[in-house]
Amino acid sequence: MKSVVKMKHEAEERCSNVDRGRALRISGRVIKLGHDVDTDRIIPARYCNSFAQEDLAPHALEDYDPGLANKIRPGDVIVAGENFGCGSSREHAPVALLGAGIRCIVAVSFARIFYRNALNLGLPVLVCEHAFDVFENFEEIVVETGAGKIIKAGTGDVLRARPLSRIAGDLMRAGGLASLVRAMTVPGREPGD
Amino acid sequence: MAGATLAEKLISRIAGVDRARAGDHLWCKVDVALLTDPTTPQVGAAMARLGAEKVFDPAKVVIFHDHFVPAKDVKSAGLARASKEFAREHGIEKFFEVGRAGICHVALPETGMVVPGDLVVGADSHTTTHGALGAFATGMGATDMAAVLATGKTWLMVPETIRVDLKGALDKYVCGKDVALALLKELGVRGAIYKALEFGGPGAGDLELADRFTMCNMAVEAGAKAGIFKADEKVLDYVGSRTDREPVVFEPDPDAEYRRCIEMDVSKVEPMVAAPHSPDNVSPASVFSDVAVDQVLIGSCTNGRIEDFRAFAEIMNGRKVHPDVRLIALPGSPSVLEQMIAEGIAASLVQSGGVLGPCTCGPCIGSPPGVLGESEVALFTTNRNFQGRSGARSSRVYLASPAVAAATAITGRITDPRNLAG
Repeated sequence: MKSVVKMKHEAEERCSNVDRGRALRISGRVIKLGHDVDTDRIIPARYCNSFAQEDLAPHALEDYDPGLANKIRPGDVIVAGENFGCGSSREHAPVALLGAGIRCIVAVSFARIFYRNALNLGLPVLVCEHAFDVFENFEEIVVETGAGKIIKAGTGDVLRARPLSRIAGDLMRAGGLASLVRAMTVPGREPGD
Repeated sequence: MAGATLAEKLISRIAGVDRARAGDHLWCKVDVALLTDPTTPQVGAAMARLGAEKVFDPAKVVIFHDHFVPAKDVKSAGLARASKEFAREHGIEKFFEVGRAGICHVALPETGMVVPGDLVVGADSHTTTHGALGAFATGMGATDMAAVLATGKTWLMVPETIRVDLKGALDKYVCGKDVALALLKELGVRGAIYKALEFGGPGAGDLELADRFTMCNMAVEAGAKAGIFKADEKVLDYVGSRTDREPVVFEPDPDAEYRRCIEMDVSKVEPMVAAPHSPDNVSPASVFSDVAVDQVLIGSCTNGRIEDFRAFAEIMNGRKVHPDVRLIALPGSPSVLEQMIAEGIAASLVQSGGVLGPCTCGPCIGSPPGVLGESEVALFTTNRNFQGRSGARSSRVYLASPAVAAATAITGRITDPRNLAG
């Protein structure tokens, strides 16, 4: 019989392997955006002649609000309305936001391709009906992605994100699809088995 | 137990399960994986991050050079070159250089690679187009595509379905684009997030394939994961003349469970226009008769088929393009262009004062020929008119059918084609 201590140690090791390098607790300021923010306004097509993060980041959200990228600090959290990331399948959109310093997005709803792209790249995306009404631009926010807690730093008020699907949860914990696929490609095992 | 939708039946097959139900997350086998010039190198880089060295089955991968080619700048040339090298390295024979096949969603059906029952995934959001052939077709980003190329599989959440029952026949000078825009007016750009649009009803069979491609193409503008028509005789004839692969034809069950049902009498649809900067900002074309335009574009994966150029030419009918307007015509594929030449459409386009350009995406994706300048106004037959997509942030794009595009090119203002007909 395994000792409780050893089991706990194994559990921690599993966690640290999966969560290595991924901040589950994100603390920053709110960058508040509107409804239906399309991928062309997140990263205009004219810059998609490169997929390098350093090329894309300076132009993040340029056609939403020129100059906004300069105001974003590492750790900031986008709080947006409905249908965030609608339009193109370009993965350049979450790449640009990550490069600009965005560490999490909380929206009322997401367009499906953007949602998958963000999770695949390890950018946490949480669905919450109320955050959009509650948070102001540039106010302090704390997000605990594992627990789905969205906290107003000023008041300590806590909002709950909608629970993740199993696959979305796996992706978020793994920090993206690359880590997940590598973990899954054990000899003799295929994705989905 | 309720019956199955078309999406549920298709995903049951591609996931290899008895009965896929809306909400299930399933790993599915991919039949066709589509890439384009800017996405192929990005997918290659993502494959390296996944630790994948080989493509699961090079015969199921197809690459079209259509977005930023002929190269718009040095960086785009580098992407196209890297894309070609990827095709060579992985033995992908269905690699189509610019000029060889055209715009991916016009050209892919022409190759015969897609048959009813397939799962088609593409690194392009308008991959939904191929649902017109009775396939499940959806767009995804580079990392998802890299996983597909590495494993031949992808996970899908089985979508709920919105059923669109069509009845009646289209009026003259009205086409699938007008139906798609009318539906977007009804649904909005969030109306179908993570859902399938299933088109059916007595009016569906009367629609030409070109109209169905256009409607499935624009399903993604409502947020849909797929737009699907049942494969009927028209589809089987089209596919059967291009491939020996066996189609698998599904029908939705009569008692299928839908999230929402919409009835559309397409005989009542009139020429429609989506105003800047959203494809659901839709009103009848006549509402915009005061809007003067600098440029008209006919083409794209939405309306770059021969039927579109015929509708355009019928309205032009030998007339000249308005002196204040640039007309740019980009055929969807070389075979469309050849047909335009054979029917005299290409010559009349040039004689009218238009520019006949390459079979590429062009200014729809902010690429030449025809990037918009500061404060310019344009009418495009494309699928989305987001701010800054086609040029300057201050430019404005209206979306409409080829017939509206022709009428607008003639008058210089947004024009209902019925005003010029006859």
